[in-house]
Amino acid sequence: MAIFGKKYFKVDLERLERKDDEALWMKCKACGELVFKKRVRENNNICPKCGEYFFLTALERIGILVDPGSFEDISRPIIAADPLQFVDEDGKSYSEKVKKAQEETGLANEIIVGRARIGGYPVILAVMDFRFIGGSMGSVMGEQICHAIQHAVQERAAFVLISATGGARMQEGILSLMQMAKTSAARKRLEDAKLPFISIMTYPTTAGVEASIASLGDITLAEKGALIGFTGRRVIKQTIRQELPEDFQTDRFAFEHGIVDNVVKREQLRDELIRIFRLFAPLLAPSAARSVEARDREAIV
Amino acid sequence: MIYEELERQIEQLRALSRNGVDLSEEIERLEAKLEALKKQIAAPASSPAPSVELDDWERVKLARHPKRPYALDYIQALTEDFYELHGDRLYGDDAAVVAGIARFDGQTVVIVGTQKGRDATENVKRNFGMPHPEGYRKALRVMKLGERFGFPILTLIDTPGAYPGVGAEERNIGGALAQNIYEMLSLKVPIVATIIGEGGSGGALALAIGDRVLMLENATYSVITPEGCAAILFRDATKAPEAARALKLTAPHLLRLGVIDEIVPEPPGGAHLDPEMTMRALRGAWQRHLRELLALPAELLPPQRREKFQKIGVYEEIAELS
Ligand SMILES: [Zn+2]
Repeated sequence: MAIFGKKYFKVDLERLERKDDEALWMKCKACGELVFKKRVRENNNICPKCGEYFFLTALERIGILVDPGSFEDISRPIIAADPLQFVDEDGKSYSEKVKKAQEETGLANEIIVGRARIGGYPVILAVMDFRFIGGSMGSVMGEQICHAIQHAVQERAAFVLISATGGARMQEGILSLMQMAKTSAARKRLEDAKLPFISIMTYPTTAGVEASIASLGDITLAEKGALIGFTGRRVIKQTIRQELPEDFQTDRFAFEHGIVDNVVKREQLRDELIRIFRLFAPLLAPSAARSVEARDREAIV
Repeated sequence: MIYEELERQIEQLRALSRNGVDLSEEIERLEAKLEALKKQIAAPASSPAPSVELDDWERVKLARHPKRPYALDYIQALTEDFYELHGDRLYGDDAAVVAGIARFDGQTVVIVGTQKGRDATENVKRNFGMPHPEGYRKALRVMKLGERFGFPILTLIDTPGAYPGVGAEERNIGGALAQNIYEMLSLKVPIVATIIGEGGSGGALALAIGDRVLMLENATYSVITPEGCAAILFRDATKAPEAARALKLTAPHLLRLGVIDEIVPEPPGGAHLDPEMTMRALRGAWQRHLRELLALPAELLPPQRREKFQKIGVYEEIAELS
């Protein structure tokens, strides 16, 4: 396959820093102000003028969470197959769609699995990228999540899943539905190993992913501005033929209805995770930063 | 659908005949064709994968046929002393899900199913077989009761999907589905799940985590309805027949994909034309699978069940990502 030799599939966080190929300024879609792009990036992709959250790619998300230099891509070398030989109305095959998404995003798949440290704590991350066919879950995502969980268990690391997904990958039909069961089955290994699973729901976390692995965290966080739900707004509106509450399926709605533990601002997510990991520390593999922290504490005592 | 079309044509010709036109030859020809078609539909009884296949869209229509046997019909025909249990102990009782304890094949079992209504009034009560979170939570509560007493679990699935409504979202339908999937993967009693009609997406999967997953010959099981798929991918809901074919949602396809374990044969033309035959076939399948599963040590079931689902998926391995 043509993609074999391509270097761009291996996730390289440093590429992010060097990404200054585009315009220097951007216009905020919320407040309309012109803002300096570099400032936006430094500000976790949040508008420095009005606080609007701009979209984050999986790589950008990893970049703002992990300890510098600690991230390593450990995704399984697999890509989507086309088991149903699915062709949509435009005559475009699923394989072509996948290839186009790979070219546009520079990613092999809609999810990246990596090993990293956050505040020194060992973490296995699985992060979805919504740009890649809506971050939808097919056989590859199912397998990558199982792979991530296996690593978390082997390395006694916390498992962090960051969802940005429209749900199941329709083009893989029933096989995509079955990934809900597959990932849930793998999740049991974390429970058996007494390892914490933190599920972070972002904009959007819906349908098949929301109704399976994303809802099975020991701790569930919604990023501020998240969209969380099973059925899409449009389908519900068509079914009940009524206007929906304005805050329907928002972060606040999820919190008020007891669906998430906390709503966390993007710029505070890293610190929030560190606070949580500290509470689970005895269950996690020791790490350099933690022993430093322990030493500090002993020094204080 | 060819089948219904033929029946309609025959009916029309009969009506014309009553008006004095002799169409007996044409009627006979169509009737012969109809019979052949019925036989073709029923053919696979003995073979594991039917060789002659009804069009996928025709099967979708059969799966949704208003006269098709529903969960309670199977419960009444196949079990004795069914004692229905109600409520999720948290919010309410959802009549789109029936759950209870019964006797089957000489032993006590737990039985859970999604239930459609036969007429307009019953459909209001049953919500067209589309459960709310409390339906799934009731199902889980009763299945856990089964686990406590070592009663095997039989589930019957026939739902367009979980209900897409405000209340369902407010009460965390996604979380309820996830919880059922997760807990069913680890219940320490045998589970035989059967798709008897429509297996609609996550709402079906949340009751279909079985050691064995069976499917009636004309049932469907899909990630999305053909109409929904057509609206999103083909931008045209009327393209549902094409979407049905693309989704590979019928039993023969699912058997080939390794998602189900067995196809339970239906009589010619669909389960509703000879419910008794359908019941007999399902009884036989349940007996066989339950006996096999009950012979295994109970603690082996959950890891095997999880392994079964963890294996599902088709992807391409490449040398390396870099
Ligand atoms: Zn702004």
